[in-house]
Amino acid sequence: MSVSTQNPTQPKLRWSELDEEDGEDLDFLLPPKQVIGPDENGVKKVIEYKFNDDGNKVKITTTTRVRKLANARLSKRALERRNWAKFGDAVREDVGSRLTMVSTEEILLERPRAPGSKPEETKAAGDSLAQLGKGGAVLMVCRTCGKKGDHWTSRCPFKDLAAPAETFIDKPAASETAAAAAGVTKGTYVPPGMRAGAERTGTDMRRRNDENSVRVTNLSEDTREPDLLELFRPFGAVSRVYVAVDQKTGISRGFGFVNFVNKEDAQRAINKLNGYGYDNLILRVEWATPRTN
Amino acid sequence: MRPILMKGHERPLTYLKYNKDGDLLFSCAKDHTPTVWFADNGERLGTYRGHNGAVWCCDVSRDSMTLITGSADQTAKLWNVETGAQLFTFNFDSPARSVDFAVGDKLAVITTDPFMELNSAIHVKRIARDPADQGGESVLILKGPQGRINRAVWGPLNRTIISAGEDAIVRIWDTETGKLLKESDKETGHKKTITSLAKAADGSHFLTGSLDKSAKLWDARTLELIKTYVTERPVNAVTMSPLLDHVVLGGGQDASAVTTTDHRAGKFEAKFFDKILQEEIGGVKGHFGPINALAFNPDGKSFSSGGEDGYVRLHHFDPDYFNIKI
Repeated sequence: MSVSTQNPTQPKLRWSELDEEDGEDLDFLLPPKQVIGPDENGVKKVIEYKFNDDGNKVKITTTTRVRKLANARLSKRALERRNWAKFGDAVREDVGSRLTMVSTEEILLERPRAPGSKPEETKAAGDSLAQLGKGGAVLMVCRTCGKKGDHWTSRCPFKDLAAPAETFIDKPAASETAAAAAGVTKGTYVPPGMRAGAERTGTDMRRRNDENSVRVTNLSEDTREPDLLELFRPFGAVSRVYVAVDQKTGISRGFGFVNFVNKEDAQRAINKLNGYGYDNLILRVEWATPRTN
Repeated sequence: MRPILMKGHERPLTYLKYNKDGDLLFSCAKDHTPTVWFADNGERLGTYRGHNGAVWCCDVSRDSMTLITGSADQTAKLWNVETGAQLFTFNFDSPARSVDFAVGDKLAVITTDPFMELNSAIHVKRIARDPADQGGESVLILKGPQGRINRAVWGPLNRTIISAGEDAIVRIWDTETGKLLKESDKETGHKKTITSLAKAADGSHFLTGSLDKSAKLWDARTLELIKTYVTERPVNAVTMSPLLDHVVLGGGQDASAVTTTDHRAGKFEAKFFDKILQEEIGGVKGHFGPINALAFNPDGKSFSSGGEDGYVRLHHFDPDYFNIKI
């Protein structure tokens, strides 16, 4: 660099000189990259320094958790490839670029029906539906998709379809409001929230999560969502399993929630598993929300 | 399972391919840069810079040293897998849609799209052992099918080439004479564009996915229709488990309609079917756009999906996947 060779005795550069050589690389002025950890929790800290667009020095601290993946059996060639140098765009990859992330959401292979059940015996969804089913479920006709005895209009999976989109519904959604709205405001933009069939509210979505929800406390640290699912699945169809996990350490906080499709199943699970010894701890299983009835 | 999300592409994914050992995953997208990832933790190993158009397809040689890519910039390129260096460029007069190395990696089949006045064609190229000796001339050119040929792969012992495309007909060609040997029946076959074709691990049968919302399993020698898997979404991508009798279908509503509807109605899950009973086993959610590419790791313990949303999702199966019973 020209400046440093001209003034070898003057390590500090004057800002006026810095400004002149605009396009040049000033990275040598920055403190070196620092990597701390990983510590016993697997938390690794990387501290980097950078110039931002305004020319200010920025310190970037990235905290990541390192996890070991199960060792797959790899061939010799594959192990060699493991040590290949990065090339192309991967060479200049920032620590903060986060190209590869592990999903925070546990994704299950969702079975179309509970294992072991016959395709014919479809359990009615929701406790209210089960009660109604005894007294003749013919009453239940979805106004959106026209299906009989499957779900209420408010639960229709197709209710957000604005127009009868070609193929994704069994019957075209014969919504009068849609026709009226289309007639009046033809060609004008209608925001998705104002479109016909979009009467869904935020509270409606939230409610879905705490229906038939069972709280499980005093779980051992090693318990993960699949374990909980395995424990609760024998009681009936489970729609959600959640184990509270410490954001930083990834260790279970000792409680979780299980949602059942049917209320009866949830009640049976509570009766059976409350006080059950699991992984040398005694589980406490109860309704997650205080019930009025 | 907690999938690994890889966001290296800025445009929709088009194709995914594992190498033979299953330690590398190659991804192609409509941005111009095919990318290679480590298949265990999803770390990016490198990118192959040089194409000037959407990259539609890729294949990797058995020794994982050479990569071939076909692109809409009217070229197919050979790459050094380790360094990302370009070895050779095959020039065409229309976009290259599908590429496939033959058994032994001495030949490659490349299909080109209909473009301007040109019809679609299937080209067979010789692949030299030493890239310096590589030439661009075709050994064989097959013509005839109307519309785009979305996929062409080698049949058993490189004796045949199996092609499928927009005209919804699966064809088997003789690689010696260039003659058309077999054609799928219009009655039992697909009704709409065939979007994808995946061979079984042993090459004895193959699976085709179509916009007619079904996937069909065919015998690779006799072109006999073995099974049909019916779903309720157009199928963009198919793959088969090399370990279990499972087939996976990916798709979803057309990308142009995605924003107008709820994500649940879009049906963007990867659907697992029992290969023999043709019954649905389950679905894996996650993408917020149609699935364009699916690939199974050759060990059968993980699979990855690439979506219109630009993400590659790498799924390592939970232990209970391996004892699913119907």
